[in-house]
Amino acid sequence: MSDLAVTTFPQLLLQHASEIPNCAAYREKHLGIWQEISWSENLEQISAIACGFSKDGFARGMKLAIIGENRPKLYQTMVAVQSLGGVPVPLYQDAVATEMIHVLNDAQVSFAVVEDQEQVDKLLEIKDQLKYLTHIYFEDPKGLKDYKLAELKSIDQLIEEGSAHQALNADFFINEVNKCKGDDLSIILYTSGTTGMPKGVAHTHENFIRAGTQSTQFDKLRHTDNILAYLPMAWVGDHLFSFAQAMVSGMTVNCPESKETVMSDMREIGPTYYFAPPRIFEGLLTSVTIRMQDAGALKQSLYKWAMDHAKKVGGDILDGKSVGLIDRLLYAFYDLTLYAPLRNVLGMGRIRVAYTAGEAIGPDLFRFYRSMGINLKQFYGQTETCAYVCLQPDGHVKYNSVGIAAPGMQIKLDEHGEVLVKGISVMQGYFNRPQDTANAIDESGYFHTGDAGAIDSDGHLRIIDRAKDVGKMLNGKLFAPKYIENKLKFFPYIKEVVVFGHERETITAFINIDFEAIANWAERRQISFAGYIDLAAKDQVYELIQSCVNEVNEDLIADEILSHAQVSRFLILHKELDPDDDELTRTRKVRRGFIAEKYAPLIDALYSDKSDQFIETKVKFEDGREGVISATVKIRDALTQYAKNSDNSRAELTHEH
Amino acid sequence: MSTNSSTQIDPRVVLRVENISLSFGGVKALNNISFDVKEHEIRSIIGPNGAGKSSMLNVINGIYHPQEGSIFFNDKTRNRMNPTDVARHGIARTFQNIALFKGMTVLDNIMTGRNTLMKSNFLWNALWVGKARAEEEEHRAKVEEIIDFLEIQHIRKTPVGKLAYGLQKRVELARALAAEPTLLLLDEPMAGMNVEEKQDMCRFILEVNNQYGMTIVLIEHDMGVVMDISDRIVVLDYGKKIGDGLPEIVKNDPEVIKAYLGSGH
Repeated sequence: MSDLAVTTFPQLLLQHASEIPNCAAYREKHLGIWQEISWSENLEQISAIACGFSKDGFARGMKLAIIGENRPKLYQTMVAVQSLGGVPVPLYQDAVATEMIHVLNDAQVSFAVVEDQEQVDKLLEIKDQLKYLTHIYFEDPKGLKDYKLAELKSIDQLIEEGSAHQALNADFFINEVNKCKGDDLSIILYTSGTTGMPKGVAHTHENFIRAGTQSTQFDKLRHTDNILAYLPMAWVGDHLFSFAQAMVSGMTVNCPESKETVMSDMREIGPTYYFAPPRIFEGLLTSVTIRMQDAGALKQSLYKWAMDHAKKVGGDILDGKSVGLIDRLLYAFYDLTLYAPLRNVLGMGRIRVAYTAGEAIGPDLFRFYRSMGINLKQFYGQTETCAYVCLQPDGHVKYNSVGIAAPGMQIKLDEHGEVLVKGISVMQGYFNRPQDTANAIDESGYFHTGDAGAIDSDGHLRIIDRAKDVGKMLNGKLFAPKYIENKLKFFPYIKEVVVFGHERETITAFINIDFEAIANWAERRQISFAGYIDLAAKDQVYELIQSCVNEVNEDLIADEILSHAQVSRFLILHKELDPDDDELTRTRKVRRGFIAEKYAPLIDALYSDKSDQFIETKVKFEDGREGVISATVKIRDALTQYAKNSDNSRAELTHEH
Repeated sequence: MSTNSSTQIDPRVVLRVENISLSFGGVKALNNISFDVKEHEIRSIIGPNGAGKSSMLNVINGIYHPQEGSIFFNDKTRNRMNPTDVARHGIARTFQNIALFKGMTVLDNIMTGRNTLMKSNFLWNALWVGKARAEEEEHRAKVEEIIDFLEIQHIRKTPVGKLAYGLQKRVELARALAAEPTLLLLDEPMAGMNVEEKQDMCRFILEVNNQYGMTIVLIEHDMGVVMDISDRIVVLDYGKKIGDGLPEIVKNDPEVIKAYLGSGH
């Protein structure tokens, strides 16, 4: 308490409004033009929102749901709610209405601020099942003109009423802010629900301010930095980066115009600080790869030479290690001609620090970005720890680790290899779930992450898999599914993989093709197809995927621990795994148990001699309707090869089945 | 008869066609067609292929000049419309076969919709100074509002030729809206679209009608859509009007059913 100068977010707002009143707090595109909201305007708007809420009956301790894409008004709402001693509860905006019922009731949400008509409709649809909700506010009035409901109001009207209220009670806002304490709850974030119902994770102001302060100091973030806020506000990463760190450092949070414009908005803004989950970096690399394949021969060779050189020395140059003069000059030349323009195209021209986390990132993918001069680093953390546990320090980036324990954090492994964490960012507990809290945090204050890891001699943590997913094959050897899946997912043609092998003799895989990449590949080969199902079943596509699987198997030969973990049979799924069908979580993590159950006939077929299998699956469309799709899925064998340990002769190829 | 009906007209009628007949040589495309369109309504024209729906729009639009009949629009009754006049007096339209400038960006295409509203002269515009500049900024702001409304921000700078068909249709609607018309003619805005695109388009049409209070005349083949969003429907078949009224009445009209099932032809 004494080590922090400022212990609550509303106080940070007051501080910036007086110290850097004219610097931009938020930037948002309105009618095609970036508009800035300065810190002094930010204070004005937030206090008006807070006064409006108070006038409508919002009192200390109440909960307010925030549902929508990243909009300044929604971030402002968070601070306004915190100023009144309330707790904001951000929800995933793409969740269907019925999924929201649990969270809204569990968190006892009585007020909701939503982005647009879509979200208003969802709330109205489930209104009868919500026990606490009384007020709904919307940001974008489009389509809501004819909604005449007493509980519905626009934020603009709220601000107007709040301003009037404030004019009469000038000290109200300041008095309310002064009542807030650092150990008040500042946010409830819901876990993605990889296992069971989502649980509310309750954090205090101090949790997030400490995590935010330490991490901004770690990377020397200042109010002149720019970040692009485009990931779900309900996700802990966005809350740490776009909210806590931004509130601590005073940097500018830029909100893209829409989901579809993120790439072009990023080019226009040129953020200096960037965060993206691995799949976005993967997607960017895929699009670069596809476009390079369409380029002429000269451009292709230039790209190949430059990238080979980057692979050789780029990482070392970024880490400040010694590199020969000629290599340095060549790197400088390629930087001028290729890396810098490419960085620019990706909107990464001004990046000082970029982070990734959420899922393990393939080392090759990670190296690609670092080698062309983007200071991409990994961190490690979860909702329960403000996403702040491990960070990779500049100059000490190990590709296969997530870094060292962050300042203020302690990590250790238990006897099963599970990672345990203690320190400034560990949550107060799950909201209204003392039993779950007791299960997660032991008596000595260590939070059990559920991840299986290893710590190397330098103190770097390496995450292998989810502790519960790591299994044993029938031959007693280690089965770490994610490790294999990530290796396969590095191919631009493969979007998602689920491998099986726990208590089995061999390892098999479900593969989801990347539709965009394969469609492009097929077009260039003049392979015609009718749609996703048709394309996924093409023999040529199977051959392409088979070559990817073979390559991974070959790669695995060299791995000391996992050389046995080669994929012997695989199939290409006829549909894309989708959060709407409960196959992925909203953060796009694979739900293994569910998939194994849903596609049981396919798994049985993988472990038989069958060469195809008919399957019928239910699908849910975006509008909530349900349908059924069916297909006969082909099954193929892959080449598995084992190094002979007895002598050093070449690997022998064996073709199973 | 026309004087008779004009004394009784509903004050909310913005457009009325009376006894329109149009022939191409020996082919009678429209035969003695009369109907009216009231303010703020969505008025649909349906009928099998070759029924004369697009011809009817072209008559209203002033592209075709009917041999017989008159059109009441904008407080005036006339025998024929003139396309420029029509545009200036607040009628905009989209086409069955998309008629955009394929090489130009979405933004530029929509800007062309503002053409009739631009007042500064060619020279000022070429120099882009003074009034012309202020005017362009004003028009651009309006266009951006429409871009926001139709949710096409992500393709603002994309050449139209590179867009998927469904999006091109949306851009065409955007261009028509840019003219700020009082009457909007839509010729099969949903043809060739998938279910999701159709839903989006329906939402936009209803919104245009609701938020901007625009009157809409719509030609559409998808009966589900037509019945859902129309206030009143005119049914044409072989150039003749065979039905006119509320969706539920038209839907159950035996003659309409017959025409759609194709029996008797």
